Amino acid sequence: MEIITKFIDKNGLILAFLIVGIILFISDQISRIVFNKKFPTPALAIIIGLVLAYVGGAITHGEKGISDIKWLSGMGTLGGNMLRDFAIVSTAFGASIALIKKSGLIGAISLIIGILLSFTIGLSIAWLMGYRDAISLTTIGAGACTYIVGPVTGAALGAGSDVIALSIATGVVKVVTVALITPVIAKRIGLDNSRSAMVFGGIMGTNAGVMAGLAATDPKLVPYGAMTATFYTGLGCLVCPSLFYFLVKGMV
Amino acid sequence: MIIYGVALLALCYIGGQLLGDWLGILLHANANVGGVGFAMLFLILINSWLEKKGYLDELTSSGLRFWSQMYIPIVVAMAATQNVKAAFSSGMVAILAGFIPVLISFAIIPVISRLIKS
Repeated sequence: MEIITKFIDKNGLILAFLIVGIILFISDQISRIVFNKKFPTPALAIIIGLVLAYVGGAITHGEKGISDIKWLSGMGTLGGNMLRDFAIVSTAFGASIALIKKSGLIGAISLIIGILLSFTIGLSIAWLMGYRDAISLTTIGAGACTYIVGPVTGAALGAGSDVIALSIATGVVKVVTVALITPVIAKRIGLDNSRSAMVFGGIMGTNAGVMAGLAATDPKLVPYGAMTATFYTGLGCLVCPSLFYFLVKGMV
Repeated sequence: MIIYGVALLALCYIGGQLLGDWLGILLHANANVGGVGFAMLFLILINSWLEKKGYLDELTSSGLRFWSQMYIPIVVAMAATQNVKAAFSSGMVAILAGFIPVLISFAIIPVISRLIKS
């Protein structure tokens, strides 16, 4: 037993790779078997992550979720700010200037409106529910953009872990809502051609939700939605912890 | 080599984050102002330039692609290490702030589609 404890102590990050791999495997199976792929795997995996964080907090009364359990402290290394930001930056790899030109004005307009809309409404709801400080308001508003923009913004501004957790959860609710409602409502909002799919991708922006939603509507539309959605998180990470934060700070 | 891709990513990350920190000081924000966003912007610019010049080979790309595939697992680990217990009592905020903006966004899509068409 002592050997194992010592081993895990020294190899926490490697154990975290294994655990997260298992979480994603389970999520993928649930998505496939229970939900017929209609429920995005990333959203399920993050929900499992949040549940584990709650369990960790309940057991240890600590503030760092599952990583407060000693032998799981490697999860904190894997999910820490440095690796997270590094991996998020790499997602811009798929985007190029050629793609920006291709998505053009449609993309630009829908992205700007989409981010503004989600941020403002998310922030207003946080305000109505009693949040008053600029950092928490901005972080939750950013979470209403995507589950990435939320924690990136929160970490950049120095928000509390509980507020960051809320912003992740907000983003996850968004993914699930987009994925499940899109196929039902597609006809009504004219989501049946490449142009409206690009608008849809730019307005919603949450990648996993956009792709799952469009795939269930008409697989041919997926690349168009993905084209504009690709830029959403990057743009969100750029404007939320800067321009938007200062605007919110000025108003609070 | 794969490390070229990873090093390129590191270069963009460092440049972006430093710019974000520096802007934070400049604007008296005590925060990193848009660092990740700047880093992504740098990556898009450098990547497009390299692609145009034909310098981007398969192995370099796979160094970048590995990390972009790792982001969901990393986000899962991040979610698992937040103070969810403290956030649980205000979980309604997450449900409403996740749900309502999406409904309004759905409503606005046909409006914008039409606007762009004309």
